[in-house]
Amino acid sequence: MINSSSDNVKKLNSINRRMFITGSLKFFIMVGIISRLFFLQVKENKKYLTLSDKNRIREWKLAPVRGEFHDYFGNVIAGNFEAYQLHVIPEQVENFKYVIYRLKDLLELSDTEFKKVLKKKKESKPWETLIVSNNLSWEKFSKINNHLYDLNGVKPVISISRNYPFNENFTHVIGYVSQANEQDIENTELIKKNFVPGLKVGKIGLEKSFEEKLIGTNDIERYEVNAYGRRISQLEFQKGKKGQTLKLTVDTEIQKLANELLKDKAGSICVMDIFTGEVIAMHSSPSFDPNLFVFGISQDNWQIIRNDPMKPLLNKTLQGRYSPGSTLKPIVALSALENGIINTNFTVRCTGKTELYDQTYHCWKKEGHGYVSLRNAMKMSCDTYFYEIARKLGVDKLSETAKKFGLGKKVFDNLFEIEKDGLIPNTQWKKNALGKGWLLGETIITGIGQGYIQTTPIQLCLMTAQIANGGYKIYPKIVIDDKDKIKPSDYYTPLYKNSRNIKIIQDAMFGSTNEVMGTSYRSRIDNPKYQFAGKTGTAQVKKITERERELDLKTSEIPYEQRDHALYIAYGPYVNPRYALSIVVEHGGNGSTTAAPMAKRLFKLIIDRHEMRQSINQKKYLEI
Amino acid sequence: MYQHTRLTNNNFTFFQKFRNFDYILLICILLLGFISLATMYSTDGGKILFHTKSHFIKLMVFTMMMLFISFINIKFWFSIGYLSYIVVVSLLVWTYFFGITSSGSKRWMDLYFINLQPSELMKIFIILCLAKYFHRMKLENVNSVYTILTSLIIILLPMGLVIVQPDLGTSVLIAVSGVAVLWFAGINHKYFIYTMLGFVISLPFVIAFLKPYQKLRVLTFLNPDKDPLGAGYQIIQSKIAVGSGGIFGKGFLKGTQSYLEFLPEKHTDFIFTLFSEEFGFVGSVVLLVIYIIIIYRIIAIGANSRSYFAKLFCYGFGAAIFVFITINMSMVLGLLPIVGSPLPIMSYGGSSMLATMIGFGIVMSARVHSQQLIA
Repeated sequence: MINSSSDNVKKLNSINRRMFITGSLKFFIMVGIISRLFFLQVKENKKYLTLSDKNRIREWKLAPVRGEFHDYFGNVIAGNFEAYQLHVIPEQVENFKYVIYRLKDLLELSDTEFKKVLKKKKESKPWETLIVSNNLSWEKFSKINNHLYDLNGVKPVISISRNYPFNENFTHVIGYVSQANEQDIENTELIKKNFVPGLKVGKIGLEKSFEEKLIGTNDIERYEVNAYGRRISQLEFQKGKKGQTLKLTVDTEIQKLANELLKDKAGSICVMDIFTGEVIAMHSSPSFDPNLFVFGISQDNWQIIRNDPMKPLLNKTLQGRYSPGSTLKPIVALSALENGIINTNFTVRCTGKTELYDQTYHCWKKEGHGYVSLRNAMKMSCDTYFYEIARKLGVDKLSETAKKFGLGKKVFDNLFEIEKDGLIPNTQWKKNALGKGWLLGETIITGIGQGYIQTTPIQLCLMTAQIANGGYKIYPKIVIDDKDKIKPSDYYTPLYKNSRNIKIIQDAMFGSTNEVMGTSYRSRIDNPKYQFAGKTGTAQVKKITERERELDLKTSEIPYEQRDHALYIAYGPYVNPRYALSIVVEHGGNGSTTAAPMAKRLFKLIIDRHEMRQSINQKKYLEI
Repeated sequence: MYQHTRLTNNNFTFFQKFRNFDYILLICILLLGFISLATMYSTDGGKILFHTKSHFIKLMVFTMMMLFISFINIKFWFSIGYLSYIVVVSLLVWTYFFGITSSGSKRWMDLYFINLQPSELMKIFIILCLAKYFHRMKLENVNSVYTILTSLIIILLPMGLVIVQPDLGTSVLIAVSGVAVLWFAGINHKYFIYTMLGFVISLPFVIAFLKPYQKLRVLTFLNPDKDPLGAGYQIIQSKIAVGSGGIFGKGFLKGTQSYLEFLPEKHTDFIFTLFSEEFGFVGSVVLLVIYIIIIYRIIAIGANSRSYFAKLFCYGFGAAIFVFITINMSMVLGLLPIVGSPLPIMSYGGSSMLATMIGFGIVMSARVHSQQLIA
């Protein structure tokens, strides 16, 4: 007993000693765990709180509402409309197969459209919205609404989308929008920032140039989501800002008339205010309906547009490079006067052709014009006269004047990325570009606007405007931007050496239109209110052979691609002029018969609407 | 001596036994039960659903059982020490052959009304068995080769049966429970040091023998960001939940990490994460304090027990509970690799709660019969 009790005491001592060691160990471990808790929950709390919010909060951006385009009178020319869409959330549908086939019947979806929807469904999660149709007609939309009772999980939705109410009329001015692609997102920071699937961005024209002003900002919905990405509750809704509305200088009525005049023809019409540089109309024909692109153009429509021989995708006003033909003659004459090569009394005898440097140069009139002075040469568009003064003038002096008046240079700077420079040749240019010396014969044909020289219709319009306003520099514009009121310092600086020379040219253009024998006499308006002055032009697209010259075919007998371009430049009213225009009809045959009559109709409308335009202008200033 | 004989008569009345209860321990256990119930209610998303109901029923039944056990004389528990061990080992063998396979391991046996996980029970009964084994042994015999071998066999047998399930976590915890008793029984501390050294040295070889998923867990623990959506997901999300709780927590039923299902296994092994997210640092420390009080009471009861068996059991059980808690917490706090180990009482799971409550019951019985001598 004693033995065992002493053993017990030993055992107790041992166990208590070990308990003490264990207890101390436990204490340190506990301190360790509590410090770990402190580290995570107090010290690193912010970091983990952020991570936790990142886990649970997800943002959904909605497409921003795009700014509109208005014409000068406030008419919406590119607006937004409510598109009727059909959304399906697959997980809310009991029998997806039944519903989707039912929808296929109701919407009369084609097999390819149907396959696209099924493919989209496969790629998305079951709680993600599937857009079955993004632009339904009202009939189909209401039909679906009537059948909703057996279409569980199908949601008819009204969403905001781009609309161009004047269809093809403004396509080449404002362009169009379509789904943003990777390139758009990469190139523009704001698109990247505002991107949502299905976002539509400007692809061309002003829609593209002013993307950053138009795009607006997203509505943002913040949702709490669970670990599987399902939305649990909405935390916040942040309303976005609509994009800026841009007001243009164009007049829809005149634009529509331009479209109508060029119907079934390829060409361009542009009209400009000769003092403010405001573009009143700018149309390139044929055009196409930009609404086709908003929800993605169908392959069939795209092929029709792409393969049209008249090239609707080409903006002929800004991209079309044409030989100016006789419409260059006012500049040639002006240059000769300014450089003192000729005076108004200088005459040339036209026999219908002239031999220069072993080459025969023909006047358009076979039998010749006889003795012609400057005024008559302009009026009747005598080629021989201009061969002669071009020869005396030289191409370098001519190109200097032409460039001064706006030819061979972009009119809108970088506003339209597609705009082309055109080409005003001189000796230096040829040496640099072609590595050859300038030939005198080339000067001769440059004098009647043929050869290397290439101008765009908008340049011709600007040139005409600057002659019409008395020879002063203007800067054309198409967007009214109130912030940008400061005019360039050389606005209205004279482009002439002697203002009398401008008057001589103006007078000659008047004769060309309003006097017997004038090339556009038949298109004149006698009423001084509408009376205008102009110059016709007929640009050859190929060299005329001797044989063809003898045949003297009528326009309709020549194949379309070989017919001459018809051009016309004009300004009006002749007394107190205000507007200038340029007309180009591709393969139109003859300037005086095809292009000039269009000017007559245009001026009627332009001048009728002048007062209305002025009243808008005054109102604007009164408000300030 | 006289007093002893009188008390060994073992004629306590019911009320005397009642008076002998350790009320601090009881209150702490009930408090823990209440907290676990509230937390379970939160895991169910603030509704009384399956887990809450089931946990409530288990709590009620097992608390009653614990009280019942505490009225039974500690001598009885001494007497069934070996028997209970053998019974649980046979259950493990049964499980090995006829157990239910779930998520790749055979851990449960179907008792028709309940699925029992015998490995959890082994965590307690191995303490009981070894406490009995060392109770009569003289100190000089404790370090004999025979004793050490026998006790090692007692530990390794159930360990092996659990490893083959396979369930590495539980088998390690069984070993920890057993080794704790060996430590208190007075086995030479050199053996512990040598074993520890041997373990560290052999660790690379052990890892080579691990199953691929176990290896992945170890690697993930070392660098959870390597595969944040795969193997590292649990530990990263758990740390985010705990860390975002802050000082005062996100509030009851407002733990976004668990509510939005970012937390895996939030009912069982990761229940502390949820609790910590909702109640913050303050709440977590309070919970720890409750656990510390419980462990302190268990040790105090052991210290005041007259019988060596009761002392050994209490110390062993106290150490085991401590290890269970610290391993679970270290795991969810990213201090240890993920091993399946529940948090006593807090975690959902009947077998674990049953085992823990039996342990509390025996401790309580030791308290009620603290003057009981065992021959």
